[in-house]
Amino acid sequence: MPAPAVERLIQQLARLPGLGPRSARRAALHLIQRPEAALSPLLRALADVQDTVRTCSQCGNIDGRDPCEICRDPERDATALCVVERVGDLWAFERAGAFRGRYHVLGGVLSALDGVRPEDLAIDGLIRRASAPGLTEVVLATNATLDGQTTAHYLAERLAPTGVAVTRLAHGMPVGGELDYLDDGTLATALRLRRPIER
Amino acid sequence: MRRQPRLAPGPDRAAGCALRRLTLTNFRSYGDFRLETEAAAVVLTGPNGVGKTNILEAISLLTPGRGLRGARLQAIGRRDGPGGWAAAATVEGPLGTAMLGVGADAVQDGSSRKVQVDGEPAKGQTALAERLAAVWLTPQMDRLFVDGADERRRYLDRLAATFDPAHIGRTTAYRNAMRQRLALLKEGGADARWLDALEAEMAARGVAVAAARAEAAHRLDHAAADGVTAFPRAAVQVVGLVEDLLADGPALRAEDALRARLAADRRRDGDAGVTDAGPHRSDMAVVDRASGMAAADGSTGEQKALLVSLTFAAARMVARAIGMAPLLLLDEAAAHFDPVRRDALFDEALALGGQLWVSGADAGQLAPLSGRADWLTLGQSGDRAIIT
Ligand SMILES: [Zn+2]
Repeated sequence: MPAPAVERLIQQLARLPGLGPRSARRAALHLIQRPEAALSPLLRALADVQDTVRTCSQCGNIDGRDPCEICRDPERDATALCVVERVGDLWAFERAGAFRGRYHVLGGVLSALDGVRPEDLAIDGLIRRASAPGLTEVVLATNATLDGQTTAHYLAERLAPTGVAVTRLAHGMPVGGELDYLDDGTLATALRLRRPIER
Repeated sequence: MRRQPRLAPGPDRAAGCALRRLTLTNFRSYGDFRLETEAAAVVLTGPNGVGKTNILEAISLLTPGRGLRGARLQAIGRRDGPGGWAAAATVEGPLGTAMLGVGADAVQDGSSRKVQVDGEPAKGQTALAERLAAVWLTPQMDRLFVDGADERRRYLDRLAATFDPAHIGRTTAYRNAMRQRLALLKEGGADARWLDALEAEMAARGVAVAAARAEAAHRLDHAAADGVTAFPRAAVQVVGLVEDLLADGPALRAEDALRARLAADRRRDGDAGVTDAGPHRSDMAVVDRASGMAAADGSTGEQKALLVSLTFAAARMVARAIGMAPLLLLDEAAAHFDPVRRDALFDEALALGGQLWVSGADAGQLAPLSGRADWLTLGQSGDRAIIT
């Protein structure tokens, strides 16, 4: 029977995505048995993240600065915004190097059954950014799930009065597939073949 | 098409699938069950409640879908067992021999089905569909023609999935969008643009669902029209608003029309708490081809006979769609018929080309199969199968 402190550590680790109770126990042992090589660096990394990382007030990205590096970068194409559900999707686009504009993280998708309403998503901020002078295109890159598609439809209607071109990633996304899991080439192709959304 | 000309001289003679070995672990009444077969047919007899249907259910779960009981995965594990379960089979078909396995883990929310093909985890159920197909007739289907349209839609949906694997996903998405729209309408004051978006999704997916069902009904109707049979031939059609829209014009126009109808129905649907228009209201209409009598108006015996011919038609339809004659699972199907019809039942079933699995409490009724089948008498112990 592990000491209560160790048990608490295992419980916390087991709550992380991708870790079950068994791998959590292995990870805990690994940390405890290597205080210098594993435990201390992890502690410092966690503390750093807690102290310095914040959510970008413009796009919703997670970064050490607010606005984030992408929002600050003058080299970014200021005419195009790519709307994603989650920060993980934004990172997938960045890994693929597929998009040169800036992003907007919604923070989820509409779902009447899960109680996620328009006001729960970063939609007002999106409309504001889309209305800024110079912005000409909004790419809706929500997932190919029912809720992702419904949300894209909804956003297209909300964005219509701004006059920007609203496009959607090309089809070919697996239904229920999440952007984060698509390989980089697929993402670049889906983006290149994006097309105007039908309303 | 993977049809092999050498094995398939005619459309009804697609090479059939057959099981060579079946293994059940903590499955319903079975702790550890194993069966090997060589024949074109397998007969399962034994007293009621001994677990004959459980074996057929296990086989049906080796194909996409929820099996012949439509069971939830958590309900399948053996009572007082560890919770998890597995069914595995060695399957022979046009593509050669494969080992298929399905199961669920013992975890509390073990709602995801694990699928293995040749020892490797497979991503989804479609991997099963390449190797095995099955068509079944169970006593639960006896009321198919008289009970609600729900079961008949499910019947068509299963057949549509054999040639359109995305069909089931689309029906699920359609229902999901419908529930969300209804939830918004019931609470009132919802953002109209949100409703627009949901209705657009419902229309797109709903029309696709209706089109696939119409195609399935069309193919089933064709398959029911031919073949030599001692049973009454069925005529099959799917009827409903969206089907009418599709018959009237192109799919895009049907989509627009359904969308407009949904938008116009918001107040009414919200008040009633049900969605009035859509493919969830469609029905499969089955009539006796010769007399034109609606299946539901026939006697119990007539309905059962029509159900048999519909089952055979479904097997022919699946064989044509995928180039592989499916397994045919007949659960207590012989009980309603006289000896002449029983002979015809088994002869026609065997002629379909896929391995035939027959269960029945009355071994005498299955006698026409003796000499043509592996014969399995199940005792009360369940686990202990005696092959005779
Ligand atoms: Zn930012």
